[in-house]
Parts: sequence; structure tokens; C-alpha cells
Amino acid sequence: MAGPSWITPLADGLYLPGCDVWIDPAHAVGRALVTHGHADHARGGHGELFATRETAAIMALRYGAPATVHEVALREPIALGDGVSATFFPAGHVLGSAQILLERGGERIVVTGDYKRRHDPTCLPFEPVACDILITEATFGLPVFVHPPIEDELARLLDARARHPDRCVLVGAYALGKAQRLIAELRRGGYDRPVFLHGALTRMCELYAAFGVDLGMLENVEGKSKADLASQIILCPPSALKDRWSRRMPDPITAMASGWMRVRQRAVQRNVELPLVISDHADWKELTGTITELAPAEIWVTHGREDALVHWCRTRQLRARALDLVGYEDEDD
Amino acid sequence: MKAFSALLTSLIYTRSRNDKIDLLARYLHDTPDPDRGWALAALTGGLDFPAVKSAAIRKMVEERVDPVLFALSRDYVGDTAETASLLWPGAPAPEPPPSLSEAVTALGAMTRASVGQDLAALLDRLDENGRFALLKMATGGMRIGISARLAKLAFAQAFGVDIGEVEEMWHVLTPPYAALFDWAARNEAKPDTNALPVYRPFMLAVPLEGRMLTLADFAVEWKWDGIRVQIVHAAGETRLYSRGGDDITDGFPEITGDFHYPAVLDGELLVRGSHQGGAEGGAASFNALQQRLGRKTVPARMLEDYPAFVRLYDVLVDGDEDMRPLPWAARRLRLEQVVERLPADRFDLSALIEAEDFDGLALLRDSARDAAIEGLMLKRRDSPYVGGRRTGLWYKWKRDPLTADCVLMYAQRGSGKRSSFYSDYTFGCWTAPPEEGGEIVPVGKAYSGFTDEELRWLDSFVRKNTVGRFGPVREVAKTLVLEVAFDSIHASKRHKSGLAMRFPRIARIRRDKPASEATQLSEMLALVI
Repeated sequence: MAGPSWITPLADGLYLPGCDVWIDPAHAVGRALVTHGHADHARGGHGELFATRETAAIMALRYGAPATVHEVALREPIALGDGVSATFFPAGHVLGSAQILLERGGERIVVTGDYKRRHDPTCLPFEPVACDILITEATFGLPVFVHPPIEDELARLLDARARHPDRCVLVGAYALGKAQRLIAELRRGGYDRPVFLHGALTRMCELYAAFGVDLGMLENVEGKSKADLASQIILCPPSALKDRWSRRMPDPITAMASGWMRVRQRAVQRNVELPLVISDHADWKELTGTITELAPAEIWVTHGREDALVHWCRTRQLRARALDLVGYEDEDD
Repeated sequence: MKAFSALLTSLIYTRSRNDKIDLLARYLHDTPDPDRGWALAALTGGLDFPAVKSAAIRKMVEERVDPVLFALSRDYVGDTAETASLLWPGAPAPEPPPSLSEAVTALGAMTRASVGQDLAALLDRLDENGRFALLKMATGGMRIGISARLAKLAFAQAFGVDIGEVEEMWHVLTPPYAALFDWAARNEAKPDTNALPVYRPFMLAVPLEGRMLTLADFAVEWKWDGIRVQIVHAAGETRLYSRGGDDITDGFPEITGDFHYPAVLDGELLVRGSHQGGAEGGAASFNALQQRLGRKTVPARMLEDYPAFVRLYDVLVDGDEDMRPLPWAARRLRLEQVVERLPADRFDLSALIEAEDFDGLALLRDSARDAAIEGLMLKRRDSPYVGGRRTGLWYKWKRDPLTADCVLMYAQRGSGKRSSFYSDYTFGCWTAPPEEGGEIVPVGKAYSGFTDEELRWLDSFVRKNTVGRFGPVREVAKTLVLEVAFDSIHASKRHKSGLAMRFPRIARIRRDKPASEATQLSEMLALVI
């Protein structure tokens, strides 16, 4: 199952040799298509960057502007040369996230990047795109991963806050996407108090707001007293949970918003008291449901636990293979 | 089942011991009988369902879930019960979830033939947390950081009763402990345990830590290095309890089978050994005793090779008489009479040590290099026997270990938690100063004392500095100095040096010290007793 000759899965990313273009490469290249702004997909230093306007802005914030940026419009094909065209479609993962449809000589390949099928007030929903080859992520590619409704998880967060008026709830959440989705969902549920932020989250929240995502009142924890922070919800990057930084909080209830929290030992290992199973990735049902829905002739699996998804495909007489791409493990999401 | 599974989930994510006690106490207070009794038993390992084992669960799940997907999931999650609870297909059935008591009754009634069907029917009525709780309870081994002691503390807190009284009753009552709850929660009569072979809380000592005591007020004994036990005979039954309250009766039939005297005695469980020492002798090192621990049945060979006996410290109950309120001196006199009536090969008396002053005592303590002696005990002559650790009554004065700077020579892989790590180390000393042509000869072997981090460092050192291989053994470049702590050193044919250490352990890694400055054999010989 070598696949068509015009696309080559290399350790550092998917490569189109005919037009010398990479998709989500792990090192700086001449021409790159980038699905979304997370660091394991978006590296700095590319010569030419093709990405959605939002992803380009996120990358500029993180790495500074690349030499040439092509802001691509959704659903509009761009010619890459060698007869290959690329079209970006929403992936529903984070602000600006996209799947990329690659076409050449009537052959259609969809690279999902990271995606989810749930509602997310901070980004456009995933659009199913028919294809011959589906290159799918598999971050949560095991049947134990079934994400509960986000409302249930936020209800537990709010309940913990209400039950401990002297404490604060400190939520570890990925700086790009998870944090903003959490805030937006809290707002949607009617939570109108200010949400407090670790300094590392501020700029990304401002960027979201600039793109029209309403996050309500946000405050930096810097300079706040313990009394100010009691009974508040505070968001920080997961790495800050066990940092000295968190000691200035009023007896924080340590929470973490991540799909990994589904496994008890994962939460216990990170000393999380309030695990919130909230993920921006497709869970097992979404991964398998999407494959069933799109019914591609071939499935290439990457970014996570490929074995189980490949096995699942084969038990359904679907042609599937695991790609061996480097650097695509994200422990925090 | 819902309240119990919520409790279990909270306990898993709660780090603080006090918070755990609060959670459990609240549950015990608020939950009706008999559910709370079953919960208490489930949390403290007091339930056993012979038909429900991990293998049965696996088989049941594999009838519903692709075995490959189950195996991959199990590998990732690391726990069969949790994996099964997460993978169980379908939403809960319309029937209400079983109560904890119903679940316990159903689990108890299952047979190997019926478990597949009956357990599945229960799981179908539960949500994910409920399934996890049920499967954990069914297979035992909750591993959620709830010791029997912590559960008893929570019980005492929930009902405002004395922890000592709870501990006394705990071991004679069976789940769901109806009489215990009747007494604590409903003020009904205390279950009569006097006539039953119950565990009594041990009296414990506090470290002396430089305190100066008036020696005349204290009796002094050796601190024997076995395990503290309590032997109880009542109502025709004999039980042997460890300090933590575990019933170890079946592990030591030669002790319990010979004890028919109605009393509760406190002593040290030891194994007879050829290594004589101290004034009394006759006890082997803790190593020998370890061969006997943790067994439910004892092969005849074990009884022969490692015969156990109890060196008695105290008498808590003699016949109908509760001796505990009496002063130590009175109990000691009684103990001396009681021991006369016991089989001499299984029971002896922990001798008293005479010293004129503290300096004399310190000298005795430091010169005692018997493998079975850990140090000294100082007991106030007027102290009653009270459970727990009370300052002012009993003190322990442990001997300082000896140390030597040794050079790492060989390493071998460990097992269990340390499998794949080079964690067993042989080390040596100089026969003469290196500049005078001395060589390094082995003096001992240690596989403990280091932290996990130090172990990783040592393992990596061994891998990078291997100079030779002999089967599983790696010889390393003789450059690394280890500070080794040990309790005593003896003449032995085991090592080339003609010496062997007792309880050697790695006290520190001395990366700062050149190997040429390691200890000389002549210095070690001076320590031999």
C-alpha cells in the first residue's frame, strides 16, 4: 500500500515532491501548508507559509512573521504546481484550524490535521470532505477515550467553585484553543464573573478577541491578592500547575482540562484533584464515525495511538496503514 | 452504589490524608446500614469474592469488545478493572443501579460458571464510575491509599468514638460490622469483646532524640529487630496480630499452635539463628525472618530452616484481668510468671539491661553488634499500657549505623520494581594504601538505601563504566565511592576480604571522593566484634 507517488509521508511531515511542498513539517522548510497553530504542527522559520488568516496570525504571534505568508481562504483551491491543488476546510479543532484537501489528476487526499466533531463556540465546525485517502489524526485513538459532554464537565467545575468559597479553582488548560474554548463555554452557560489568567495565556486570548470571539471580562492574576482570587476560576498552562507560581493562590483546587483525564492514573500522576475530560480532539467515536461517514478507499493514521484505529479499520475490511511521523505527541491536550 | 462510587472517585483524586479521612467519615456518617459497613470492608480489603477474578472479567469483556482493542486499551490504561469500566458497551439499562448491599450479595453468590452472566447484568445497570467501583470492589486491591488505620480513624471521627475502642472491636466483627455501627452510631451497647481474641492497639515508643532521662525511672531493654506482634488466646482461639493489626496467625503455626494460655501478650517475633550475640542470643537477623513473612501457608521446610519464636515484652490481659492500667513494673512481674507456663522453645523473656548512667548505656548500645538488635528501649517503670505513641512513657534509642567509604566493583540487575535496573551492588575496600600496591577486595553487597533518582544515576553509571561481564554480572571501572551504612561487621568466608556486613545499604553516593581515598580493610577489621 504505497499510495500515490505524488505524496510521501516522511518522518518530519507529509511531503509533496512534485511541487516541493510540506504539510505541517517538524522543521523549517521552503514551502509549508500548516493546518493549525499548535506547536507540533506549526513550526517557525518557513520560507513560504500557506495557512488560514487566523493560523497565520497565531504563528506570527508565536514565531514572528515568516518571509512570505499566503493567507488562504476556506474552500478555495490554490494551485501548488505539478498539477496539485490544495483546499482548506474547517476542522473544528481550534481557531483557524483546517483540514487540507489535496487533489491531483482526480485523486483526492484529505489531511485532517487535528479535528473534533463537537460544537465549539471559538471556531468553525468540521466539514466532512469526500476523499479517496483520509489521513487522520489518532490522538485519542483507543476505545476507552469517549469525551463526555462539555456541559457535564463544566458543571463539575462550577460545583467545585461553589462548594469552596475560600479556595480558587486553578485549571490547567492548553494556551491555544482549550483555554479560550473553556472561557467561551463558561460564558455560554451564563458565568459572568471575570476569569483570571496566568500571564502566558493573555496574548492568545487577546488574539481570539480580535477575531471576534467574545471571552467576557478577563483579568491577569499578576498583582492580585489571595482575597481577590478566592472563589475565582483561574486558568494557567498545564506546566504552571505544579510551578511555584501556583503557591500564591488561595489553596487552589487543582483542575486540568484534557482528554487524558479520562484515565484516572493520568490525573493522579499529575496530582490533579479535579480532572475535567475536555478535549479539542476527536474521541474514539468521532474518529471511527468520521471514517464510516467519509468511506475513503484508504485510511492513513497518524498523530497518536495508530495501532487501534488501524486494527479497527481492518476488521471492517478498510485498507489502513499507520504513518510514522515524529514529534506529534501532545501530552497536555 | 452511587454514593460509594462517588466516594471512591473522590478518594482517588484527594491527596491530603486529612481530607481523605474527612471524606470517608462523612460517607460513614451519612450512609445507611448495611451499605456503609460493606463500604468499610471493601476499602480495607475485608471482602473476598472467589469467583470474580481479573481473568473472568477479561473473558467477559472480550465477549463484547474486540480483544485486540481491549488489550491495546489495557496496556495504555494499566488496570483491567478501569479499562473494562471504560469500555463496557451501551448506556445503563433502565433498571435502577444496584445498592452496595445488593451488589455485595450478588458478587458473593456468583460461581465460576455464572460470573460471566451475573457480573455483566450488574455492570449493565451502572454508569462508568459505578462499573469501576464494582469491579474494583469485586477484585480487591483498591490501591487508593486507604489503610486500615486510616479507615478506623475516619470511623472514630464520624461518630466521635475512641479510636482505641474501634481497633479492639475491628478484628472480631465481620462485615458489614452491624454491631460496630449499632454501638457507635446508635449508642447501643458496646459489643462484648473481652471474651474474644481481639487485637489491642499497640503501645509505641517515641525516638529519644537526645533527651536526658532520669535513668532510675526507666527500665531498659534491647530493641530487637524482628516484628512486633501481639498473641491473643480467648474463647478457645489463638490469634497472632502484627503491629498494623493484620492477622498473621496462619503464617506462624509453631507459635500459635502451642499457645493455649488465656492472655494477651506483646513481644517481638524472631527467627532462631546460629548468629549468637548480646547477652541472650539465639535470634537470627531480620533477613531470616523475612523468609517467613507474607505467607498464608508455611512449607514444612520453612518451619525447619527458619523456626520462629516470640521474645516477650509485656502482658496486656491475663485471664480475665486487664493489666493495661497497671504500671509497667507490675506487668513485668506478672509477665515473668506467665512466661514460666509457656513452651520455652517458642517464648522467652526480653531481658532487662542494667546501666549506672547514660554514658554506660550509650556504651552498651554501641557495642551491641548482634544482628537482631536495633538499639535500646527505655520504658517508664510506672507507665500504663496505652495504645499509640505517647511522649514521656516509652522511648526508643536506635543505634547509629557504622559507615565506610567503599568502591563499587560489580553490579547486577534487580527484580520486581527494579527489574532492568542495575540495582545490586558489590563494593570493596583497599587491602593497603593504593600507592603501596594495595588492591580492592569485596566486603559486601547492597541493594537498598538509594532513592529512585540515585538508582537511575547508578544504573547509568554502571552501563557507561562496564569493563567486564560475567554472565549477569557487570564489572565496573573502580572509580565510584559509595558511603555504605551497616549495622555490624563480622568475619565471614562469603567475601574475599574475609569480612561480611550486616544490613549494608547505600547511604550516599560520594561522587566527590576519589577511589584512592576509600576505606582500608584494616579500619574495617577494627570494627569486627
